Amino acid sequence: MTLCKLRSQWLAFKSMKVPMDFKLFVAFKLWHLNGQRQQSTVSKVISGGQKPHTHVAIVGSGPAGFYTTQQLLKGNPNIVIDIYEKLPVPFGLVRFGVAPDHPEVKNVIHTFTQTAQNDRCHFWGNVEVGKDVTLEELTDTYTAVVLCYGASHDRLLEIPGEDLPNVISARSFVGWYNGLPQHKNLAVSLDCESAVVLGHGNVALDVARILLTPVSQLQKTDISQHALEVLSRSKIKQVHVVGRRGPLQVAFTIKELREMVNLPDTRTTIQPQDVQGLDKIITDIPRPRKRLTELVFNSATHPSAETIKKWAEASREWRLVFLRSPIKIQEAGDGQVKAVEFTVNRLEGNNLMTQRAISTDVTESLQCGLVLRSIGYKSLPLDNSLPFDSHKGVIQHKDSRVQGRKGLYCSGWAANGPVGVILGTMTDAFETGKVILQDIENGALQNQEKDKREKLIDKFKSKAVSFSEWTKIDLAETSAGEKIGKVREKLTDIQQMLHIAKS
Amino acid sequence: MAASMKVFCKQLVWNHFSLNLSRIIENQYKHYIIKTQKRLFRLQSCLSGGEYEWENPKSEADVVNITYIDRQGEKHHVKGKVGDNVMYLAHRYNIEIEGACEASLACSTCHVYVKDEYFSKLPEPHEKEEDMLDMAPYLKENSRLGCQIILSRELDGIEVTLPKATRNFYVDGHIPQAH
Repeated sequence: MTLCKLRSQWLAFKSMKVPMDFKLFVAFKLWHLNGQRQQSTVSKVISGGQKPHTHVAIVGSGPAGFYTTQQLLKGNPNIVIDIYEKLPVPFGLVRFGVAPDHPEVKNVIHTFTQTAQNDRCHFWGNVEVGKDVTLEELTDTYTAVVLCYGASHDRLLEIPGEDLPNVISARSFVGWYNGLPQHKNLAVSLDCESAVVLGHGNVALDVARILLTPVSQLQKTDISQHALEVLSRSKIKQVHVVGRRGPLQVAFTIKELREMVNLPDTRTTIQPQDVQGLDKIITDIPRPRKRLTELVFNSATHPSAETIKKWAEASREWRLVFLRSPIKIQEAGDGQVKAVEFTVNRLEGNNLMTQRAISTDVTESLQCGLVLRSIGYKSLPLDNSLPFDSHKGVIQHKDSRVQGRKGLYCSGWAANGPVGVILGTMTDAFETGKVILQDIENGALQNQEKDKREKLIDKFKSKAVSFSEWTKIDLAETSAGEKIGKVREKLTDIQQMLHIAKS
Repeated sequence: MAASMKVFCKQLVWNHFSLNLSRIIENQYKHYIIKTQKRLFRLQSCLSGGEYEWENPKSEADVVNITYIDRQGEKHHVKGKVGDNVMYLAHRYNIEIEGACEASLACSTCHVYVKDEYFSKLPEPHEKEEDMLDMAPYLKENSRLGCQIILSRELDGIEVTLPKATRNFYVDGHIPQAH
């Protein structure tokens, strides 16, 4: 639409009586704009002289933050957005969560970059809400504040031995190989033959896959060099991916499972007795679950001849283990992990998809030297005044409106818990954006004085990293990657990031 | 009209001014800028998806008519052309389809329903597309990813419907995975 508008304006302009050389100049400018086709430049022309005065603060620059911003900018030409980010670098889990061997998922960064380069959008990296500015200051300054800060903590097993060395949360492990500054020095030892991953979600399969993927495949990705070095010396030959329930209740999705089944030089082992009878059940279940279960069943009972041959020659193995709940992590004499002890479970409940695991008296243990716990993330309240459901680990809200707090909204994992892929977060963020636009339109929100915002920004302006400063970091990272044949080598030191940003 | 024209011209003059300013900056940061440009070039070449859809059909014979039915149920008739990608074509006409992974089969943000008589004319989906469709809410028999539909003469008159957007979309028995 923006371009069509431009074109119609151009046609009107062409017929006006102005000097020819000015017409040529305008024609060139339009051609130039057309060539760039960047939201920022186009919107500069379209929004014309209108003075924006509705200011919205977004806390967090992951998918929820950027998609909410996108919706707000599109829906109202007078909104100006400030995105606050704790780290000097944007994109949240797209940068620090998405696996390095899934570069196509990170393509969404291009859309986010376009949003960030819009004239009405300002990125303030290295500014922590709750430390550099308070939530109260934000709500006092902005027409609306949207909390999109995700889920920064993880759930614990609460069993003996959980604090042993080399018992690591999958979230930290992911942060470690993805170059998250706080986890760059994580002590990971891959000096053992067997690892246990606890959990049956996509993160569990991500970490198992990274442990088993040949380093030759990882070294071209943006995986952090410190992790690559440890992985290249890895002695791990076997990874057990253990869940408390059965094959019909797994939370991972088919793409991730298929990648595991097709891993080079790695055999998939699923006990045929675990999937017995599944072929009769799957005809009646919804398609996504059906196709996923079919893949589990076929991999366990009749893999193709080609696959059997590949698996027979494989030097590594991953095992998908069902119906086991960890009760203790056993320690060897030297204080290292020796094994994980499990109870064997049975399933109870009429609905096959939501059956619960009930422990029996039978126990067994798996020898291993590394345990990765992947049983879910949780969010924490940003501020003590926030209405927070600590059981679910989410901010209490109705249709994104934080309960009892006018002008305060939440979106993404902080609002709904750490579930789902980017699509779910996107849909939720778009809805959040629409709710805010509606509230603005209905006059339910109060516009604040403009100089309040300027005063607030002055407080942190000198330390903040802007989006154009981020592009310097971006450039430094891609150049550093280029030198060693990688798409990117992420900076993991915040001081170094700041040094480059401010150079 | 005249008023908006005035504003428009003002903007252009401002742009011209900022161009001069940027030249001054350019001289100071030449080193970075050359590098950035190199990189932008690379970025653009990988973004080349979506450029073709901005070309108009060369002749009537090239035209493929397509109707998008958006999330509000409104119909948009668009004259596409042979070879157009249904997702990128929608972007050109501001129809609300996202394309988070840029047609690389890593998301399902461009999920559409294809009118039955055209659905059967489409080539069979790739296994990767099927896997991504499994993640799409409100999956139906005639679900496809918009980015995998390329217009051809045979598809003239095709109708695609965008699924409704709602947050409570895990109603079909799909349980989202915990991370």
